Amino acid sequence: MSEELYDLETSLPVNPVERFLRMDRLPHIWCPGCGIGTTVNCFAQALESSGLDLRTTAIVSGIGCTGRVAGYMNLDSFHTTHGRAIPFATGLKLANPGLKVVVYSGDGDLSAIGGNHFIHAARRNVDMTVVLINNATYGMTGGQVAPTTPMSAVASTTPYGNFESAFNLPALADSCGAVYVARWTAFHVRHTTKAIKEALLKKGFSFVEILAPCPTLYSRRNKLGDGLAQMLYYQENSEVRHGAETKDVALGFQGKIIVGKFVDRERPTYHEAMDEYYTRKLGEQYVHAVVGGA
Amino acid sequence: MNADPKGVLTGAHFIDGDHACCEGAIAAGCRFVAGYPITPSTEVVERIAERFPYVGGVFIQMEDEIASSIAIQGAVWAGKKAMTVTSGPGFSLMMEHIGLAAMTETPCVFVNVQRAGPSTGLPTQPAQGDMMQVRWGSHGDYQIIAVVPNSPQECFDFTIKAFNLSEQYRVPAFVMMDECVGHMTERVVIPPAEQIDIVPRRWFKGTPDAYEPYRADADLVPSMVKAGDGFNIHVTGLTHDEHGYPNMSVAAQDKLVHRLREKITRNVESIVEYREDQIEGADVVVVTYGITSRTALPAIARARRDGLKVGHLRLVVVWPFPEQRIRELASRVRAFVVPELNLGQIVLEVERCAAGKVPVRLVGHTGGTVHQPDDIYQAIITSGKGR
Ligand code: SF4
Repeated sequence: MSEELYDLETSLPVNPVERFLRMDRLPHIWCPGCGIGTTVNCFAQALESSGLDLRTTAIVSGIGCTGRVAGYMNLDSFHTTHGRAIPFATGLKLANPGLKVVVYSGDGDLSAIGGNHFIHAARRNVDMTVVLINNATYGMTGGQVAPTTPMSAVASTTPYGNFESAFNLPALADSCGAVYVARWTAFHVRHTTKAIKEALLKKGFSFVEILAPCPTLYSRRNKLGDGLAQMLYYQENSEVRHGAETKDVALGFQGKIIVGKFVDRERPTYHEAMDEYYTRKLGEQYVHAVVGGA
Repeated sequence: MNADPKGVLTGAHFIDGDHACCEGAIAAGCRFVAGYPITPSTEVVERIAERFPYVGGVFIQMEDEIASSIAIQGAVWAGKKAMTVTSGPGFSLMMEHIGLAAMTETPCVFVNVQRAGPSTGLPTQPAQGDMMQVRWGSHGDYQIIAVVPNSPQECFDFTIKAFNLSEQYRVPAFVMMDECVGHMTERVVIPPAEQIDIVPRRWFKGTPDAYEPYRADADLVPSMVKAGDGFNIHVTGLTHDEHGYPNMSVAAQDKLVHRLREKITRNVESIVEYREDQIEGADVVVVTYGITSRTALPAIARARRDGLKVGHLRLVVVWPFPEQRIRELASRVRAFVVPELNLGQIVLEVERCAAGKVPVRLVGHTGGTVHQPDDIYQAIITSGKGR
């Protein structure tokens, strides 16, 4: 009787996100308490509830701790160079508009070395979803200061504290023309899942910033406790303010975090604009691109 | 496979090398180009921008050359033949992505219309100063293929050649033009599509369960699928195994990097191409490439009139380098003369292969214009008199 009840082989429920992961690549490389894995769980659930065809969904990452996400997703996945996930994704998307293209990378990758590509893809409204995991530091290389490191926070290259202003990423995305902009934290798993789902289903350049703890390098160096302590900070200091002016959502060191959906608007995508324009200008002579052909 | 007639402007044209290069790309099946303006290459993408809406291509002017050089790789993984076009400073910015293309075996074409450097140098004037950079510019060990046209006709022909070689060996391939060839206007004959041979992508024919993205075929080149085909491929610039998964072991590194090298070195004889004139019995062989192969002609003719036995070997494919041929000649001739619009790049390869057997004389030039044929002539005469 007990054998029937506890037959582990058959009675354990299958993890609902298993089919979205490359199970043969696990365990992952992330530290205990790292927030990146939590966001991947949200992403997988968002994929599930979005009803997207996984066959035609591709993920592109740059370099860094978050840059490893592409390698764990059971999708067509591309692990590119540092900062260049967005231009790779731009080529992928424009060459096959039928693909759903997701860029998943970190704050250093997308806003420092890749910052130029970020603003131009938003400006062009290239149809892609950018999920940016903001842990306020460069984890993979040992905790250096990032364009997202809050003022006064200590990093390995700002040993006496950071004196540069940090980026307000939702404001940057908004001002460049992103059609969907949201920010959540790794504490807000349901909101994060919902936001990623909305972003995935939005046509155009959609952007979700997720604050996530890096206990190993950021928290420890700043004496902020472990991953759980940072989650408690997110819980206690986040304020949901949907539709907030993005200029008002800048982050300070362990200060208040404004979360929510800030932007949701319509604008023709790069591809739509190109097609519409050439059709108007060239009429029947305009030849629409077909998929493949190499 | 033949070219798609829709892209081929069959007939005789009077166009410059940049425009001919554009037509070569379209004839080769290129339907994605990402570029960034830079003299003297811009005319290639200007013509692409004009032509692509009529042939089902997508052109995008990216925010910089770094972006251009990886956007094309995204397009390749979505199933396109793709190209980017640049010149010296932009080429320098593209180096990391040459390595990415080599490592991920992404077939794509880079056109470099060389201008005089270093740095901003002489933006509107020719040089051949990027010949070593194209071979060695990205970090690590890898191989590439580079072709060097010397006329607008060859800008058309060799751009097709670069696409074909790139697809066949899954390496980045380079069309190393220079400002002279790019801006020179001559007659260019574009043949009917059915006379243009096109190498299609090495598409994998089986099912996903039978596919390992980096399991090579007998010629050491793996077959490809594209995003959206249901194979859930993983492509990474990290050292990877046959499955495409990162593998940080010395063994995996050794196996992969050796294969990336050997898929070219073992096939060198089918890749290299050069043109020879009066090599048999020559005392002095002039080794040229690109525009220098034309400025050397009057010098060679004059030295021959003086009674010297002068051979001319023009490199069409510069990388991989035709080591075997230069080694053979080194045991037969009395000297090599190598004119180039730099202060000594390909001459180093000739020296390496000559291995001290015969003198190798550089006729260097810092660029900005072409050689005076007389300088090449003097080098031939001096070399012919030697010994
Ligand atoms: S270093 Fe930081 S960001 Fe990287 S895996 Fe560890 S906790 Fe996560």
